[in-house]
Amino acid sequence: MSDSPTTDPLSLEDLHASVGTRTGRTHVLTILVENKPGVLSRVAGLFARRGFNIDTLAVGPTDDPDLSRITLTLDGALHPIDQVTKQLHKLINVIKIRDLEPGEAVQRELAMFKISAEATQRAEVMQIVQIFRGKIVDLSHLTMIVEITGTNDKIAAFDEMIRPFGLVEMARTGEIAISRGRAET
Amino acid sequence: MRAVDALMECLKAEGVEVVFGLPGGANLPTYDAFYDAGIRHVLVRHEAGGGHAAEGYAKATGRVGVCFGTSGPGATNLVTPICDAMMDSVPVVFFTGQVRTDLLGTDGFQEADTMGMTLPMVKHSIMIQDPQDLPRAVHEAFHIASTGRPGPVLVDIPVDLSKADIEYIPGGEINLPGYQPTTEGNQRQIRLAAKALAHAKRPIIYAGGGVINAEASAELIALTRYGNFPITATLMGLGAYPADDPQWVGMLGMHGTRAANYGMDEADLIVAAGARFDDRITGKLDEFAPNAKFIHIDIDPAEISKNVPAHIPIVGDAKNVLSRLLGEYRALDPDASRLDDWWEKVNGWKDKYPLAYEDSEDSEIKPQFMIQALHEATGGNAIVTSDVGQHQMWTAQHYGFPEPRRWINSGGLGTMGFGLPAAIGAQIGCPDTPVIVVAGDGSIQMNSQEFATCVQEKLPIKVFIMNNGYLGMVRQWQELFWDHRYSQVDLQDHSPDWVKLAEAYGMQGVQLTKKESLIGDMKRIMDMDGPVLVDVRVTREENTYPMIPSGEPARNMVG
Repeated sequence: MSDSPTTDPLSLEDLHASVGTRTGRTHVLTILVENKPGVLSRVAGLFARRGFNIDTLAVGPTDDPDLSRITLTLDGALHPIDQVTKQLHKLINVIKIRDLEPGEAVQRELAMFKISAEATQRAEVMQIVQIFRGKIVDLSHLTMIVEITGTNDKIAAFDEMIRPFGLVEMARTGEIAISRGRAET
Repeated sequence: MRAVDALMECLKAEGVEVVFGLPGGANLPTYDAFYDAGIRHVLVRHEAGGGHAAEGYAKATGRVGVCFGTSGPGATNLVTPICDAMMDSVPVVFFTGQVRTDLLGTDGFQEADTMGMTLPMVKHSIMIQDPQDLPRAVHEAFHIASTGRPGPVLVDIPVDLSKADIEYIPGGEINLPGYQPTTEGNQRQIRLAAKALAHAKRPIIYAGGGVINAEASAELIALTRYGNFPITATLMGLGAYPADDPQWVGMLGMHGTRAANYGMDEADLIVAAGARFDDRITGKLDEFAPNAKFIHIDIDPAEISKNVPAHIPIVGDAKNVLSRLLGEYRALDPDASRLDDWWEKVNGWKDKYPLAYEDSEDSEIKPQFMIQALHEATGGNAIVTSDVGQHQMWTAQHYGFPEPRRWINSGGLGTMGFGLPAAIGAQIGCPDTPVIVVAGDGSIQMNSQEFATCVQEKLPIKVFIMNNGYLGMVRQWQELFWDHRYSQVDLQDHSPDWVKLAEAYGMQGVQLTKKESLIGDMKRIMDMDGPVLVDVRVTREENTYPMIPSGEPARNMVG
């Protein structure tokens, strides 16, 4: 499509609307917000009101004490992501939003698994923990707590391996992410 | 000085001439400051009235409306006007009192989580935590309310902080790194839009309330006339283009004209300016304007492609974009005759389907005629506010607004009881323009306490109640879609005697029942001093037509 100021009219057939599409993949949004009271409820409230489902949500400080970072993941098959980010941008306390492409960012989540592991099973569990580069952070006669960091795929894989031993409970932080290279997140 | 005295200074610095409100326990310090601040304060009789009055002032003048209420019930009463202002993009700053900071979160007397309960319906809200922040918060509130897509901003002030002593430095800076609305439209997109328009054979302009907010009426008219495009507008956009112009095809949407709705249905290119493709416009979304490509001009990027995907999105201020779009279009020098067939079709619809109704055979006043008579009696030059329902739609259809900011109603939220308080705000903002209210006998009762405010402020507002003894629009839907089962809509035998009610408030009351003398009677009423309440008896069971049944496409219009 030419951009020169000619008098060539534009055929309407050539026009395509390309927004509002569902991408079908998981999106990781990192949202830089002002560190003010109520900001999280504004973000969470917006998602609830517009019917967007959040898969994971993590909030924490940044290098700047006036700013916090909210990292959330949501399913691009269910929501038009451009509408989600545009609505978020309308919140006055939201400074910046990035929809991180897979591959251009490092994503990590921390999970803790409390596993039923009596003395007879311990060696086997510890071997799995070692393969996943996890850490045993608590041990009692009947249970141990394992700390795992990684992408959520890795955590899911560990979960699958460890479940047969008896999973007592588990807690996850939700993913955080930062862009690769020099570029700012 | 006290934080509240600094608040008064900030209001003056923002150029505020008048505020609306009602005092209570948690904003006593603020009202002590009002005592000798030299700012006009209009005492309303219910906080909702104050909020709608501030909206009416803002809609009539284009300036920021201001409303004050106390904590707890004062704040909950403001929820409706806050939501109304959000839905219709009205710049209003709301100040609420809050309980002392040491009582916050303890369910103290008249405590409500004002920030929490208004969170989904404000453009922004600020709770004061350090009294020193109050001046900056006020300036930020005015800036946010009035720029970009306008909207309501709430400032919640705990009563102990409002009394605190602060150092006030005039002209405090605002700091809003996350708020930078785009006003300049993208040049490439505007050029693309001009080219598409030059190629279109069946174009139509669809203007919304955003054109009025942007003061872009002149630019809209210039583009429309130069291109000889048919033009329609939403309920909120009425007056942006003069209704007596031959290119005007009438209002769009559920109760719009056939010419407008069929025009959208058959258009090949729709230029939406400051409009948001609301369900009352689109009807069944899948079948809305099936042949059209869309140019969507809006200052709020989130509106673009929210409901209908835009082929050429242009984010920016309508005034900026429309004037540059005309420049680009003119440079292309398109062949005007390409629209001849289209105009033949559009004019055919206009001729075949005018807004008609069957007149009564006796003296009975038809509601449509009541509005036409009001147009005659006011010369079409009044500011008209309305409530919500049949009377609102008939007014929108039949008054014929010549200019922007003459038609003030609650479009998005559809708030009954909006008209009277909005007229108070409009009359105070425009003291030299006649202001009339067209209300229903149902909806006027939702804020009729504000008659006292009209009398106290000596406002010459003329309130015309279209009295059919029903909650008319609900009755119409029950008739058409619920098998005539009229459930809880008959008001006739239990409404007040309106003339006596007027007199009880110390204003004049008149009842009109005859169509023959209606225009003359209305003229006489318009010349009366002070507020007048007029009870106009109209046909009881008349339906608002034409109509797109809810959820159906435009071409299925009935009536």
